[in-house]
Amino acid sequence: MSQSYNRGLVEDFGRWREFSAGMWAWIFHKFTGWMLIGYLFTHIAVLSSALTGPDAYTGTIQGLESLFLIRVLEVGLLAVAVFHILNGLRLLMVDLGIGLESQDRSFYASLVITGAITVASVPTFLQGVGI
Amino acid sequence: MSTQQESVESEPEEPESQEVPEDQEMSGLASPQQERLQRKQAALEERERAESDHDMDDDRVHLKVFRYDPEVEGKQEPRFDDFHVPFERGMTVLDALIYARDEFDSSLTFRHSCRQAICGSDAFFINGRQRLGCKTQIADLDQPVRVEPLPHQEAVKDLVVEMEHFYDQMHAVEPYFQDEETPDASELDEQRQSRENREKVKMSTRCIWCGACMSSCNIAAGDNEYLGPAAINKAYRFAMDDREDEEIKEHRLRILEQEHGVWRCQTQFSCTEVCPKDIPLTEHIQELKREAVKKNLKFW
Ligand code: SF4
Ligand code: FES
Repeated sequence: MSQSYNRGLVEDFGRWREFSAGMWAWIFHKFTGWMLIGYLFTHIAVLSSALTGPDAYTGTIQGLESLFLIRVLEVGLLAVAVFHILNGLRLLMVDLGIGLESQDRSFYASLVITGAITVASVPTFLQGVGI
Repeated sequence: MSTQQESVESEPEEPESQEVPEDQEMSGLASPQQERLQRKQAALEERERAESDHDMDDDRVHLKVFRYDPEVEGKQEPRFDDFHVPFERGMTVLDALIYARDEFDSSLTFRHSCRQAICGSDAFFINGRQRLGCKTQIADLDQPVRVEPLPHQEAVKDLVVEMEHFYDQMHAVEPYFQDEETPDASELDEQRQSRENREKVKMSTRCIWCGACMSSCNIAAGDNEYLGPAAINKAYRFAMDDREDEEIKEHRLRILEQEHGVWRCQTQFSCTEVCPKDIPLTEHIQELKREAVKKNLKFW
């Protein structure tokens, strides 16, 4: 009985198909959290162009906003932020011990609302840029 | 020891002892070894028949069972064995495994005892989920039914996993009633619990130490020191019990609010999902977190 066997991937992400709602919520929450941190750095970088003067700032913003890629990324950012906020509220409820039985439904609700808001935001974000 | 060795060594020199086994072999059928071989042959035939029958006969359950035995050469490389077990109404996964072991392959190893979800010894990873073998109906599962040992615990042999660490964590929370003041000898009668209090801890008392929750938790997998859902639930059972002193409750909370205690839980609900006794584990962990905060909050 001295040896035992480690089964590698069975024990890790290899089981993703069998994950339940709570697990997905956790994964998405981590993922969106890291995305937001990443965004924070670019945000600060762009804002600090204002240090060299108003014109530099305006130039940077206008330059970025004329790029189609940036617009798409903005839609993504909105989706990430909205999900993080909604799931954050869900976790707040979980921490307060409210409605733990419907934690899976509240996760699905956050997903659906995120999707709806993201789709609704697309026209606004993509206004006035071509590919 | 030494006498035994001597006798073994001296054996070849004795002509008689050499002849005896030969005689037995000659007489054939009487030898236990031969009987064993015959039985094995019969079992093999039965198994082959079962396999060939399978297409015609829908009433067979197709089991795929994880096999591994570090002590036998040739079995050290894990594999899946197929068993086709005749289905009966109300058959559980454990029943099917028992049938496979008794009829097809006696070396198939797994723990079981009560067969009624009370002893907690037969938690397996069945079709990608931690379940109790004896509480899982075959009829509810997709076939083939894949049976593996619990993930995140080391497989010792076939479906048997190492439970020592799980038990250590369970004991770490001091899972026993403790009260500093023993009531006076003259009034040493029952220590009663109120009905409301009993209701509060009721679900948490149902744990059967099966380890399914711990195995499903990937925080526990990554952090070996994390107490784990079952142990925290055990602590809940005592911390919420009114019959214990405030002081002891505080002592319990101190154990729980350590670095590898309740705060490791990130509310994935995996444990609550798999617990065969339907214990609201996440809820209990969350409640203990709130208790721990309350204990440390001071507004003056
Ligand atoms: S809490 Fe549930 S899953 Fe965990 S050991 Fe106890 S009975 Fe098993
Ligand atoms: S055999 Fe006892 S719990 Fe399944």
